[in-house]
Amino acid sequence: MAITRIIIPRLILLLFVVLGVAVITFTISHLIPGDPARMIAGDRASAETLENVRRNLGLDRPVVEQFTIYIGNLLQGDLGTSLRTNRPVAADIRTFLPATLELGTVALFIAICLGVPLGVLSAVYKDGPIDQLARTVSVCGISMPVFWFGLILIYLFYAKFQILPGSGRLAMGIVAPERITGFLLIDSLLQGRFDAFRSAVYHIILPGFVLAFANMGVITRQIRASMLDVLQEDYIRTARASGLRKGMIIFNYALRNALIPSITLLGLALGDLLYGAVLTETIFAWPGMGTYVVTSIQTLDFPAIMGFTIVASIGYVLINLLVDLAYMLADPQIREV
Amino acid sequence: MMTGATELRGQALAIHNLSLEFPTFSGAIKALDNVSINVGKAEIVGIVGESGCGKSVTTMAATGLLPRGRYRITGGSVRLFGHSTLAMDDSQLQDVRGKVFSTIFQEPMNALNPTIRIGKQLTDVIMRHEETSLPDARRIARDILADMLIGEPERVMKLYPFELSGGMRQRVLIAMAFSCNPGLIIADEPTTALDVTVQAVILRLIQNRARRTGTSVIFISHNVAVVSQLCDRLYVMYAGRIVEHGATRTVLEAPQHPYTQALLRCLPERVAPKQELEAIPGAVPNLLHPPAGCYFQPRCKEAVDLCRSQSPPLAGADSQQVACWRRGVAPELSEQGSRK
Amino acid sequence: MSAVIPTEPAAAGAAMRRTKSVSERLRYLWYLSRRSPLTLVGAAIILLVLIMIIAAPVIAPYNPDKVSLTARLLPPSAVHWFGTDEVGRDLFSRVIYGARASCGAAFMIVLISMSVGVLIGCFSGVVGGRVDTAIMRLMDVVLALPALVLAMALAAALGPSLFNSMLAVAIVRIPAYVRLARGQTLSLREQVFVKASRTFGASPFYILRWHILPNAMSPIIVQATLDLGGVVLIAAALSFIGLGAQPPTSEWGALVSSGRSYMLDQWWYATFPGLAILITAMGCNLVGDGIRDMLDPRLRGR
Repeated sequence: MAITRIIIPRLILLLFVVLGVAVITFTISHLIPGDPARMIAGDRASAETLENVRRNLGLDRPVVEQFTIYIGNLLQGDLGTSLRTNRPVAADIRTFLPATLELGTVALFIAICLGVPLGVLSAVYKDGPIDQLARTVSVCGISMPVFWFGLILIYLFYAKFQILPGSGRLAMGIVAPERITGFLLIDSLLQGRFDAFRSAVYHIILPGFVLAFANMGVITRQIRASMLDVLQEDYIRTARASGLRKGMIIFNYALRNALIPSITLLGLALGDLLYGAVLTETIFAWPGMGTYVVTSIQTLDFPAIMGFTIVASIGYVLINLLVDLAYMLADPQIREV
Repeated sequence: MMTGATELRGQALAIHNLSLEFPTFSGAIKALDNVSINVGKAEIVGIVGESGCGKSVTTMAATGLLPRGRYRITGGSVRLFGHSTLAMDDSQLQDVRGKVFSTIFQEPMNALNPTIRIGKQLTDVIMRHEETSLPDARRIARDILADMLIGEPERVMKLYPFELSGGMRQRVLIAMAFSCNPGLIIADEPTTALDVTVQAVILRLIQNRARRTGTSVIFISHNVAVVSQLCDRLYVMYAGRIVEHGATRTVLEAPQHPYTQALLRCLPERVAPKQELEAIPGAVPNLLHPPAGCYFQPRCKEAVDLCRSQSPPLAGADSQQVACWRRGVAPELSEQGSRK
Repeated sequence: MSAVIPTEPAAAGAAMRRTKSVSERLRYLWYLSRRSPLTLVGAAIILLVLIMIIAAPVIAPYNPDKVSLTARLLPPSAVHWFGTDEVGRDLFSRVIYGARASCGAAFMIVLISMSVGVLIGCFSGVVGGRVDTAIMRLMDVVLALPALVLAMALAAALGPSLFNSMLAVAIVRIPAYVRLARGQTLSLREQVFVKASRTFGASPFYILRWHILPNAMSPIIVQATLDLGGVVLIAAALSFIGLGAQPPTSEWGALVSSGRSYMLDQWWYATFPGLAILITAMGCNLVGDGIRDMLDPRLRGR
C-alpha cells in the first residue's frame, strides 16, 4: 500500500537520525570544556572524591565504551541522569514537555487563524492596500527577534497597561489542577476548575501571540504564494466563467488547492515553534523544555542536553512523517494511485 | 433577465467597434482595433485567424474575463442579450456568466478542479444558477452528461478529473457550459488540444445540442476546416482587426480579402497534389508600433499607396463585407475616415 | 491564458536588449520599483546599515566604551538620543558600533556556510555514486536536528564568544546550501554543454569550476540574501542567551540581554538595540524577496 511506501523508509531514517544524533551530541558534549565531575563535587573536592565521582559517572572508561553504554540505555528509554537536578532526564522531559507543547499548540492555532485569512486576502487583492499591509506584517514577523518582541509586549501589556500577566503559567494564588495531560487548559476544564482555566488562558495569551507572530509571517507568505499560483490555474478560470460566486471560488475552489502545498509548511512551522519556544519561554519564565534546555546549556549539564536533542530530533522526524501522511490524504491524486 | 430594450433585431451578442490595448513598459500593444461582431439568436458564428490575431481577446474582453488592470478598453461597446457587459462589475458579471452565456476553453487537461469530484463541480454550477435542490441538480447533471454521450454518468460523477481522458474532460466541460441553458456559448478552440477522431465527435455534440436548444454559438478557431462545417457565418481576423466577414459558404468559396485568399491557399487540404504549398511572406505586424494604413499591406501583393496611408473600413453587402481598398471601397464613402 | 496576454519579457526584454543606455536602465529600475516599493525600502535600510558600519566613528557622537558613572541610565534626550546604560555609556553610539558585530557576524556566517556548502554540494553532485549518497545522508541527519539547539550545543562546547557562535551557526546552515548546490549541479550535469565537455576529457574539477559553479550561483545567491536576515536573528539570539558576544562588545543581542533587567523602569535600554535587529532583518528580507520576485519568470509578466 502507498502508506507503507512512505512510513517504512521514514522509520529507517528515524533510526539513522537517532544514531546520528547520538553520535553528534555525544561528541559535542565531550568537547565541552570543564570537568563535570568537578562541577558536581565542587571546587574544593579532593582528588580522591573527584575520582569517585568520575567512576560513578562512568567517565573513567574509554570513550567508545561510554558511548555503547549510552546507546544501550537509550534503547531502554533511559536518557541518563541530569547533572543538575539529579533526576532521570527522561523524567525531567516528561515534566516539562507538556508546557511547551501547550504553548506551541496555542501559538500554531493563533498563527493559522490569523495567517491564513491574511494570506488569502493578500492574494485576492494583490498589490492593493491589504496586500501591502499583509506583506509588511509578514516580513515583520519573519524578521522579528522573538526575545525582544516578548520583552516589548510584556512591558506594554503588563507594566504599562496592566491587563495581562507577564510570566508563568498560572497566577500565584491559584493551585494547579491535578496533572492529567499536563496541558493546563485541558486539565483545568476536565476538573471543572474554571478559575484555573481563566488564569491559564490569561497567562498563555501573551507568550502564545509572541510565538505565533513569527510563524504568522511565514504562513501568510506561503498561503499568498500558493493562492497566487492557484488563482492562475485554468480551473479557476472555468469556475469564474461558470458564474460561481466569488466567495465560493476563493474558499471552496482556490484555497482548498492552495492549502495542499502549504501542508509541508506545517512541519517547518512546528520546527520553528520549537526554536521560538526556547527564546519565548526564557522571557516569560514559562516552565517548559525551552527553559530547561537553556539552563542545561548554561550549567553544562550534558546528559540533559543530549537527552533533549534526541527527543527533539525524534519528534521532528515524526512530525515530518505525519505531515507527509497528511499530504497524501489531502491530495486525491496521490491517495488513489 | 432580458431588458425591455432589445434593439438590433434581438441579437445574442453585439460587439460594436471594440478597441483594446495592453499597456506594457515599452508602450501599449494595440490588441483590438474597431472590432465589430454580431451574433443573432440560434446562429453559429465563427471567428478565424492566426494565433495572436485577437480572436480570444475579443470574446474574453466582451465577457470581462481578462485579468483586471492589465488591459484598457479604448473604445466601443458590447451588448450581450441587451446587457452592457463592459459597464458591469464583477459580481453582476458572475450572475450572468454560466446562465446567460457560457464559455468553453481550449485546454481541458487542467480546466477542472483536481481535488473536487466531477459531480460536485457540475452541481455547484447548476445550483448556483437554478433554484433546484441537490437531488434535482444531480439529475440535471446526469442528463446532460448522458447527452454528451458519456456512458455511465452516475459513475463518472463520482470520479476525480485526473481519472478521465482529455476528450472526456472536454465533454464534461461542454456539459457544464450547457447545463444552465445559456443563450450563447463561446467556444474558444475547444477541439484544438484533442485527437482528430475525438474532435469530430465533440464538434457534433456542440452543434447538435446548440441546434436543438436554439443556443447561439461563437466558434473560435484557427482551423478553417472545422469552422466550415459548423458555422453559418464567418469573421476573419488579422492583427486585431476584422478583415472579412460573411456567410461561411461565400467567404470560403469566394474570399475577397487578400489575407483570406492567401490563408485559404495555405491550407494543405486545398492544395492539389504535387502543387507547391504557399506561405504568406513576411510576418504579422508588431502591434506595439503598428503600421499606418492597412495592417496587411506589407505582405499584400496588391498593395498601393492608399493602402499604406489609410486603413480601410469594412464595407459591402450584408452577405459579405471586406476591409480592403482594392475591393472597390472608395475613400469618400468611408464614414470612419483615416486612421493612423 | 498566458497565450492571450503578451507577457513582459517579450516587450521589455527586447527593450533591454536593444540599447542598454544608462538612462534606459535607470528607467527600467524605476518602473520595477514602482511596482514593488517595499523592495526599495529594504534596499534603503541595507544602505543605511552599511553606512552605519563603515562610518561608525564618524556618525557616533560618543565613544561607545566610554564609561561615565554620573550619567547612568539616563532616558533618551537631546544629548543622548537613545539614553545611557548602567555604566553611563551612550546607547546610540553602542547601537551604531553594534552593527559591526551583528552584521559582520551575520555576513561571515552566510559567507562560510555558502562557500563550504556549495563546494560540498557541487562536489557531491558531480562525483555522484556512493560518495554522493553518503554525503546526502549525513546532511539529512544534520538537517533533522533542531538547528538552534545544535548551534547552542556547539557554541557551548566551544566556549561562549562571538566567533564560536558564528562558527556554530555556520556549520548548522551548511546542509541547506549543500542540498541547493547539489540540486543545481544535478540538473546542470544533464545539460548538453556539460556532457559535451566531458567527451572532451574535462576533469570533474574543471567542469565544476567553469561550467557548474557559474550557472548554479544565481539561486544560491538569492538564498544567501534571504538567509542574511535569518542569520542576524540567530546570532542575536545566541548573544541574548549569553553564548555569543561577550561584554563589553556592543552586539545588539547582548545589549538586549543586558537591558532586560532594566526593562521595567528603563525601557529604552533594550528597546533600541532590538529595534535595530528588527529593522536590519526586515531590510535583508525585503531585498531578498524583491530579488526573488524579479527573477521569477512567472511574476515578471504580470
